Amino acid sequence: MFEDSNIVVGLEIGTSKICVVVGEQNAEGAVNIIGLGQSRSRGVRKGEIINPEQVEEDLRSAVFEAEQMADVEIRSVYLGVSGSHIRGFNNRGMHTVVSAEREISEYDVQDVIKNAKAINLPAENTVVHAVRQHFFVDGHDGVTNPVGMLGARLEVDMHVIHGNANRLQNAIRLVRGTQLEVDEIVFNGVAASLALLNGDQKELGALVIDIGGGTTEYVVYSDGAIRHTGVLAVGGDHVSNDLAYGLKVPLSRAEKLKIEHGSALVLEESKGHTISITNELGLELKRINVEHLQRIMSLRIEEIFRLIAQELEQAGLTDYLRAGVFLCGGGSRVPGIVKLAENVFQMNVAQGHPGAVSGLTNTLDQPEFCTAIGLAKYGSLKNRKRAARPLFTPGGLKQAFGRFLHRS
Amino acid sequence: METENQNPIAETPGRPVVKIFGVGKAGTALVGALATPEFAEAQFAIIDTDADAFAGSPATVKIHLENKLLRGLGSGGDPERGRALAEEQFTTLKSACAGANVVFVLAGLGGGAGSGISSILAKAAREAGALVLAFVTLPFDCEGNRREAQAQTALEQLKAAADGVICLPCQKISKLIDENTSVIETFNFSGGFLLEGVRGVWQLLTRPGLIQVHFADLCALVRDRHAENVFAFVEATGVGRSREAVEKILAHPLLDEGRALADSDAVLVSLLAGNDLTMAEVNRVMEQVKRQCTHAQIIMGAAVDANLKGKLYVTIIAAKQSTANMPSRVEARASTPGAGGKHDVVIARQQRPRRTGGSKAVQTQLPLTIISKGRFDKSEPTLHHGEDLDVPTFIRRGVPLN
Repeated sequence: MFEDSNIVVGLEIGTSKICVVVGEQNAEGAVNIIGLGQSRSRGVRKGEIINPEQVEEDLRSAVFEAEQMADVEIRSVYLGVSGSHIRGFNNRGMHTVVSAEREISEYDVQDVIKNAKAINLPAENTVVHAVRQHFFVDGHDGVTNPVGMLGARLEVDMHVIHGNANRLQNAIRLVRGTQLEVDEIVFNGVAASLALLNGDQKELGALVIDIGGGTTEYVVYSDGAIRHTGVLAVGGDHVSNDLAYGLKVPLSRAEKLKIEHGSALVLEESKGHTISITNELGLELKRINVEHLQRIMSLRIEEIFRLIAQELEQAGLTDYLRAGVFLCGGGSRVPGIVKLAENVFQMNVAQGHPGAVSGLTNTLDQPEFCTAIGLAKYGSLKNRKRAARPLFTPGGLKQAFGRFLHRS
Repeated sequence: METENQNPIAETPGRPVVKIFGVGKAGTALVGALATPEFAEAQFAIIDTDADAFAGSPATVKIHLENKLLRGLGSGGDPERGRALAEEQFTTLKSACAGANVVFVLAGLGGGAGSGISSILAKAAREAGALVLAFVTLPFDCEGNRREAQAQTALEQLKAAADGVICLPCQKISKLIDENTSVIETFNFSGGFLLEGVRGVWQLLTRPGLIQVHFADLCALVRDRHAENVFAFVEATGVGRSREAVEKILAHPLLDEGRALADSDAVLVSLLAGNDLTMAEVNRVMEQVKRQCTHAQIIMGAAVDANLKGKLYVTIIAAKQSTANMPSRVEARASTPGAGGKHDVVIARQQRPRRTGGSKAVQTQLPLTIISKGRFDKSEPTLHHGEDLDVPTFIRRGVPLN
């Protein structure tokens, strides 16, 4: 049971593809990607499962591919979740230190975090992540680890990401149905930002936008902690759908046109330029105006950015993004998207590259794998934390044993 | 014209009272250039946040929008400030527009005053019972993203507030000037183009028409068109004047050498000449225009002015949009049950509340907003502030594709 504990697997059930990334963790905790499996996803819309049977089939083939490549048996995965029901907000928890010498202990920290999580969520919602941002000791700002400090009142700012329990459970149940264990669920946006950003960028403040097939996730980091998260249930699918509608072509054709002639900005040379689409016999079916194609795309993508920019403006975070904006996800492959994003956000924009891992770098250096890589990375961070906890404390032993029982 | 207008037609019966407002620095300059004997019947007014611009302007009404916060420094390029000031002084603007049948708003969009004030002014004028036609310029590309964005926002607001907007993107002009043209000349040049448009419309409204173009026709053409309207004003003299005019139209830079006509869906052509205007001449011009714009609905007008012996003026305003959005057909569509779903959303945009007692008493109809969402038809709608994001953006924005 322990021999494979250095394997971490990230699984993303996306709207356009299902992606499995197998990572091997070395003694220092760094991840080396040794396997990758993917398959076209057919049962997902806007990041949520609508046809479990089909998803299961696609999932099996992706997992099989990854197992073949990595030559390991995948037992458990870190599952990425998304969907419009997922929301993030900031909350502050408070706790009074009771011990006589006023020294803040590990238990005080746990207590204050528990208080910060105890928020009025809608009854059907559950917490996906609760990330601590900063502690305050007696109102003193900017403490990252208060254990051992002296103080009477301990407060913490948390970023809480929550989602609809049933919808989250759907994905978990489906994965469990394929005899895979789910270690943890992770919000896709958080995973993508883990893969993309390094410590400096998180410290400076950065916005990560993951434009997927059905959803667009965004995460704001500043001062090293997550400040803001959100999901827009709009993505590449919408672009294709708009094209199919506007150009009056079938969806599959629209998808193809998008990839071949798409642009996030209306290019000067495409004005008045037309292309003809032909059937399999080479007969011309229709002429498509490239300018219209690009205008439709441009409007949609710009709208996505504008909605995000507006939200950040309202949250007052625009001035904190000193490292700029990072784009990832399949949607960020559209030519000219960086320029468009620069126009909207009025700051530096870059295509993100998953720099947090090693192995298979050529294959993996694609924007659409960011989330899955980030999931594996997330798993490795969790593992490291777990490893750091001594095994033979009562809790540690019980947990390790529990895991053993659970798996066998 | 506009006889159904609720305002009693004041001085000259049959002629609308026109007030021309210049907003901001560019608007003030344009009004200055317009104040020629030709426009003697019009009343001029200028509005700015910066008092410096007022000196030397021939306008009879000068409205200085100012409050303590600006400290006499103008709006500082911030449309919000201009807007806030204009809203504060809404009653002043409204009373300035009182008595007019038609209000022209001239402005350069992109800065603080022009972008902020013009839409409020248009609203005030409409409330005062006038029809509002705005002539605006959009900034040059080199003026930067911010101005461009401000101008676009302002244009959208203006389109919502005014009856019609005729807009001239300055960048189009930049293709026409050569290397050695000075900045001042360039601005004069672009202003000149806009003035030609104003002049054309002015003549359309004030000269007695043989084949009359109603102001309503003009408004129908420029209203709610989310596209740019292109316009051209040409002048020809002499024996072969009709031929010369046609040549000039086909070579006109703003019409992209006539190509804009081919793309347009509705074209208004107005001819103005002396008593010697012959039918053959009218025919010749119209023939050529028709040949150019095969798809377009053509609205034609002709007028005669005894003073213009030997001269021929042709004004062309071409609007680009899909034919389904022609206002005249919209009503037919909306009243036909089961008429194709996809245009209904567009109808919804067009039937915004009209001011009471407007020129046409049209009962608004609730549009059937049935629109196919393609693959998202059966999924939960993605609502964001009441907008369904599953509906293609270009439809919600009303961006025309032809």
